[in-house]
Amino acid sequence: MTQDPSSFVLKRRHLLGIEGLSPAEITGLLDLAEEFVTLNRQVEKKRTSLRGRTQINLFFESSTRTQSSFELAGKRLGADVMNMSVAQSSIKKGETLIDTALTLNAMHPDILIMRHAASGAVELLAKKVDCSVVNAGDGTHEHPTQALLDALTIRRNKGRIERLTVAICGDILHSRVARSNIILLNAMQARVRAIGPSTLLPAAVERLGVEVYRDMKEGLKDVDIVMMLRLQRERMNGSFVPSVQEYFHYFGLDEAKLRYAKPDALVMHPGPMNRGVEISTAVADGAQSLIREQVEMGVAVRMAVLEALARNLPNA
Amino acid sequence: MTAQRPLLLANALLIDPAAGTERHGGLLVRDGLIADAGPHLAAGTAPEGTEIVDCGGRVVAPGLVDMRCFVGEPGYEYRETIASATAAAAAGGVTTLVCQPATDPAIDDPAIVDFLLRRARDTGIVHFHPMAAITKKLGGREMTEFGLLQEAGAVAFTDGARSVTDALVMRRAMTYARDFDALIVHHTEDPALVGEGVMNEGEFASRLGLTGIPVEAETIMLERDLRLVKLTGARYHAAAITCRDSLAIIARAKNEGLPVTAAVTINHLTLNENDIGSYRTFCKLTPPLRTEDDRLALADAVADGTIDVIVSDHDPQDVETKRLPFAEAMPGAVGVETMLPAALRLVHAGLVPLAALLKALSTAPAALLRLPGGTLSRGTPADLIVLDLDTPWVLDRDDLRSKCKNSPFDEARMSGRVLRTIVGGRTVHALAD
Repeated sequence: MTQDPSSFVLKRRHLLGIEGLSPAEITGLLDLAEEFVTLNRQVEKKRTSLRGRTQINLFFESSTRTQSSFELAGKRLGADVMNMSVAQSSIKKGETLIDTALTLNAMHPDILIMRHAASGAVELLAKKVDCSVVNAGDGTHEHPTQALLDALTIRRNKGRIERLTVAICGDILHSRVARSNIILLNAMQARVRAIGPSTLLPAAVERLGVEVYRDMKEGLKDVDIVMMLRLQRERMNGSFVPSVQEYFHYFGLDEAKLRYAKPDALVMHPGPMNRGVEISTAVADGAQSLIREQVEMGVAVRMAVLEALARNLPNA
Repeated sequence: MTAQRPLLLANALLIDPAAGTERHGGLLVRDGLIADAGPHLAAGTAPEGTEIVDCGGRVVAPGLVDMRCFVGEPGYEYRETIASATAAAAAGGVTTLVCQPATDPAIDDPAIVDFLLRRARDTGIVHFHPMAAITKKLGGREMTEFGLLQEAGAVAFTDGARSVTDALVMRRAMTYARDFDALIVHHTEDPALVGEGVMNEGEFASRLGLTGIPVEAETIMLERDLRLVKLTGARYHAAAITCRDSLAIIARAKNEGLPVTAAVTINHLTLNENDIGSYRTFCKLTPPLRTEDDRLALADAVADGTIDVIVSDHDPQDVETKRLPFAEAMPGAVGVETMLPAALRLVHAGLVPLAALLKALSTAPAALLRLPGGTLSRGTPADLIVLDLDTPWVLDRDDLRSKCKNSPFDEARMSGRVLRTIVGGRTVHALAD
């Protein structure tokens, strides 16, 4: 399975989701990302593999960490990076997504990084442009680079992914992070659990390849990795859950609940965190937390994705 | 607690609806619990120091559990307090009272549940449990903290006499309730179809010139709810159904195996729309009294088990809110004290067997709310009534313990009543001979 990361090529034009990626492709990306972890810890962080390439970050939803992570990744690989955020975009002036795609396409970018609030929007745009497209999150569908950086973080700390038990907790219904992680972890032979109140679980969630638990203490038993999800403020005042107090009481990860997991269990969160809602400060900043490492892995994984896609771009 | 003398209820007809038994004998109470019961217990066999009550062959049965009773605390103490409501309950043979959340503030916060349980401990004389609201401020929009409220002691969730009209809110509430195995108790009346209605729609309303409420206000909401039960798997209880059409809907859901139960109020079992007569506001109720055909169907449904529970729907209303033109008067009737004698009318009329009646008044609601009671089993709390079935009497509303006297049974002839009510081994009501 292992091959030389320096020659790994993602033989596809776009990265629209984890769905469809083979375990070999996932492993290839993670191996390549390891090289960038090393690179990123050096003083000299620059590569030239994307020199001459144009990368456009097209974010229809505001994002700090994902957008800056992609920007840094592109710049470290030598690409010219342009950020287009929604505030300045012609979408505000009524332009359709397709028209925006055609306009951007006319500028000959090589890679488009796109985030959009509607599931499927990134795929729709990918069909209309000539360059590579990377999904940086579409609605409640997928967020593939987040799942990859989570996998890298897990693999570096546990030495493997297969046969680990991973609990994904909280607002799974509205989470693209959860969907991408469920697909990836299943592909890599991990056991996946979904824990949350039924109001925050998608219909037929067990068919996605998870064991469902409505009780956190039960669901965390014998778990190696606890992945917490963010609960949006507008969903915690009676519409999906009654209140912050009740949510934290039953589903917030605090030290008492974490004790139900394995003693060496590790805690993750895609950020941004709501301290005191889905996670306590003591756990978020505690010895079992990988949350800051996830951010570091984010840059490395995005460099790997850009590099692996760029190796597949036409050179003429 | 001071030690109680053992108590023997001797020479009784012991009816245990939980066990389905009916036998002559005695029942021994010790330390607040039923120590023993059966034909072998007679006055001569009692241990020394036992207080002996000769029941004269009358019925001894589990105390009643009334799961729909408005008590005014907090906010409407002028209408009813826990003290007055539980006194009325004791006089009516009700040993467990479940209050409704339409108070001010509404029972939508664990702190209010805690407050009520403390008040009941200090001022109540029968067991007292609150139901909490389904939605905050009974507003029909945001669900309450089912988990924390249940931990605080709420036995079920209801918006009282309000329906949750938004189907999405109801769906989410049921979905969430299922995680906590919480019971949703729902008033099934679509307010849009109720409109300005004040009584059952039909000939009689037309003659009185009053706006009617069609049975479809109930059946459409009930049908919707049961579809949502099927979708969510929540435990669901129809708070008060009133008509023949609803019975078919409930029966179908039960046949499908859905976790559904239903209640009927004592008023709808014993009165019909004609009792409104010339605009008697004490017969103005929510939901409204229906036709005699509906009443008879409801009685049959209690007998055959389609309806699980009978409730008092006790709703004390100040005289000033009742002494008004019919359409302007507040709906509601007191009932906790008269529920059992009124229900005995069904037995005397041959509509419902006594055992089935007592089951719907005690065993079924206790089981539904997972409360003790409703049984004569050894080792269970001694919540009991001694019941006379036949002696005629006439109700004088001034004798009622409730703070409000809005009884539709004022001056009504009754046959049979509760002679003694025992809660946890203590006699809390005894009729003076």
